[in-house]
Amino acid sequence: MITLTINGAPRSVEVRGDTPLLWVLRDHLGLTGTKYGCGQALCGACMVHVDGSPMLACVTPVGAVAGKAVITIEGAGGRAMEALRAAWAELDVPQCGYCQSGQLMSAAALLARNPRPTDADIDAAMDGNLCRCAAYHRIRAGIHAAAKRLGG
Amino acid sequence: MDSLSRRDFLKAGAALGAGLTLAFYLPPARARRLAVATPAGEAFAPNAFIRIAPDGTVTVLVKHLEMGQGVYTGLPALVAEELEVAWEKIRVEAAPADHTLYNNLLWGPVQGTGGSTAMANSFDQLRRAGATARTMLVEAAAEVWKVRPGELRAENGRVIDPKGGRSLAYGELSALAATREPPMEVALKSPKDFKVIGKTFKRTDTRAKSDGSAQFALDMHLPGMLTAVVARPPAFGGKARRFDAKAAEAVPGVKAVFEIESGIAVVATDTWSALKGREALAVDWAPGPGADLSSEAILKSYRALAGKPGTVAARKGDAQAGLRKASRRLKAEFEVPYLAHAPLEPLNCIVQVRPDGCEIWAGDQSQTMDQRNAAAVLGIKPEQVEIHTTFAGGSFGRRANGQSDYIVEGVRIARRFSVPVKLMWTQEDSVRGGYYRPCYLHRLEAGLDARGRPIAWRHRIVGQSIVAGTPFEAGMVRDGVDATSVEGAANLPYAIPSLLVDLHSPKLPVPVLWWRSVGSTHTAFVTEVFLDELAHATKADPYEFRRRLLSGHPRHLAVLDLAAKQAGWGRKLPRGWGRGIAVHESFNSYVAEVAEVRVNPDGSYKVERVVCAVDCGLAVTPDVVRAQMEGGIGFGLSAALFGAITLRDGGPEQSNFHDYRCLRISEMPRIEVHIVPSEAAPTGVGEPGVPPIAPAVANALFAATGRRIRRLPIGETIRL
Ligand code: FES
Ligand code: FES
Repeated sequence: MITLTINGAPRSVEVRGDTPLLWVLRDHLGLTGTKYGCGQALCGACMVHVDGSPMLACVTPVGAVAGKAVITIEGAGGRAMEALRAAWAELDVPQCGYCQSGQLMSAAALLARNPRPTDADIDAAMDGNLCRCAAYHRIRAGIHAAAKRLGG
Repeated sequence: MDSLSRRDFLKAGAALGAGLTLAFYLPPARARRLAVATPAGEAFAPNAFIRIAPDGTVTVLVKHLEMGQGVYTGLPALVAEELEVAWEKIRVEAAPADHTLYNNLLWGPVQGTGGSTAMANSFDQLRRAGATARTMLVEAAAEVWKVRPGELRAENGRVIDPKGGRSLAYGELSALAATREPPMEVALKSPKDFKVIGKTFKRTDTRAKSDGSAQFALDMHLPGMLTAVVARPPAFGGKARRFDAKAAEAVPGVKAVFEIESGIAVVATDTWSALKGREALAVDWAPGPGADLSSEAILKSYRALAGKPGTVAARKGDAQAGLRKASRRLKAEFEVPYLAHAPLEPLNCIVQVRPDGCEIWAGDQSQTMDQRNAAAVLGIKPEQVEIHTTFAGGSFGRRANGQSDYIVEGVRIARRFSVPVKLMWTQEDSVRGGYYRPCYLHRLEAGLDARGRPIAWRHRIVGQSIVAGTPFEAGMVRDGVDATSVEGAANLPYAIPSLLVDLHSPKLPVPVLWWRSVGSTHTAFVTEVFLDELAHATKADPYEFRRRLLSGHPRHLAVLDLAAKQAGWGRKLPRGWGRGIAVHESFNSYVAEVAEVRVNPDGSYKVERVVCAVDCGLAVTPDVVRAQMEGGIGFGLSAALFGAITLRDGGPEQSNFHDYRCLRISEMPRIEVHIVPSEAAPTGVGEPGVPPIAPAVANALFAATGRRIRRLPIGETIRL
């Protein structure tokens, strides 16, 4: 039995400690906003925040986050995420949408530490988030627009 | 899909290009059936596409798969226009699988999404659906107020009586409207009255795709559901000689391990247990017919074939004579590799088999075909296969497959259980699983006259047919030529007096499939680079050279001019930079792209800027058109720079995004999209943005470095 704090609430799951957090979220807790894209830390679709830092859930054994605070796209809020969602809506960023949870979690982490990122900052922070639809043009514009909304 | 014919499809498209000629004709009995087709509850269901609830919410049923291309936006916009409802009131739902109601009008009695047809085949249909509903609502209001319908008008979800100074909301009228006969004839708005079409209509799925609530098939969870993965042979066509399931069965959570046609299935209570079980499986694979295949060997055999005449796909004048007469001849050989689609959401489906039928949940791109193929496995009727279409996390063609490969695999596993079973392919399974864009070899030769004008063009194509052996073969292969292998080459738009295009379609045990923009993925690259070579050989400007040869093709010319103008063609670039241009028509849409590249002294380079001009007829939702051009350019660029599946020992060498490299945000150019204003019937935008980018970039790299690129992918660096 492993106890975690997910989106602010304590949750217990009966799984082996080596089970990746990704599958615990998706299969055991019904939090399917966190996506499987590669399972090998290659695409960023499974990005969550653990104690405030971005982490790839597909390569994080659930045992390693026991007792830590995990935030998923479903529970993500706060000024940066709200600004990003507003920008995403304004620019209609998503296409198929499958990568977008991960994009938003990465972007929120970026804005939290750097409220006025340059293009180079965006490249550095977002290069691990693949988008096969190549919605990159609007992802970049969306981050800039969110930064503006935040008054950065 | 026997009644589908590519040429009929193209013909229909051509007719569309000429004006609003696509008829939407329904015999009266069928029209009435449409009106009562679904159990409506309290909702008013004027036809198969629209439901209006008492609270005024309008539900639009979309018959096409939303895989990113925007059908959940563009198609509801058509309804909103004629029905006079605001974006906020519209909900979108996937239509059930039923080809009698939801067939693709360009394909015959078949429901499916592809060939950039969604808008083209729905443009009339959904406007009529909206107008029908509006007419019935107006008639209902007229009945309430005892006035003539002609005195009333509809606006923003209400029927208004201007004289009486009163109005009723659609929701209030829905019950009464539901009792009326649908009109047989409705008048559609004239374009000058459009309030939605061509204006802003936001995507209806952005919110759900920004908060994690959008449901893809992989996200579905049904009570009692099991999860399956399949161990497949490393070489195409391989089979298990024997396997040892003991260690796999010992993994906690694993419920069953058994052999199916495509490999060894491991079924477990959850995904991780299934994956652990598969890892523990010991399989001895027999190599199968393709075990000695390699990419080098394939290309070598293609080169040999290219020395012999193939089946003629297009002939104009006498190209041989033209070449003999020419004062100058140019030759070139081009190669493109196999490509995986690698959508970010790997293939998956959920299947529940019951004694009386079967239910499937999937990001389903070809419902009718999948119903047929699933039914064939189970020995039931296609109508007994119910399909729930979810969002798809990309497809790029992969989810539309004549064999329904992953659906059939899911059915073969699920038939052994009474509970639903989710079949998941890992990304490795997807990348290694075949159904690739084929690898091709092209050989071209052109002749120029003394004044540098091209007078002969000979083009030979060698590569697997993607429709051979599929249900599409009968419709798409004519006189031995697979139209999808030569599209974009056989219809070369340039005014060259003689042309010969021929084709070899060798058979190999590598499964192949269409890939976003199909034949144009390679023919545009080859023809537009070779044309650039001709321009260079005659010291002509590549843009002007194209212009002169396109005088008979005004739509090509218009996008070419627009892209060149917006890009500032001819303006000086910094040292080390180069600019390239390409134009191509696919799926009746015309796209030109100008690429600017910056090449560093070490041979690394970056595509900095792309200017795109598109003519897709009337742009119904212009922002979706722009997004599809941006995405199409990025997707095409990914393949042009890095995309390659190479074969060794009969199987792919790549497995995931580390070695099947895809474009990242830092590699995305700045993109500007310009839409040619048009009142022609709308054509597709999902694919046509892709073809011009590879040649535009290759031509730009030539301009910067003098190095001709005749082989894809270009790679991380260019040899200087
Ligand atoms: S699924 Fe975790 S990085 Fe791709
Ligand atoms: S929107 Fe489709 S993968 Fe990013």
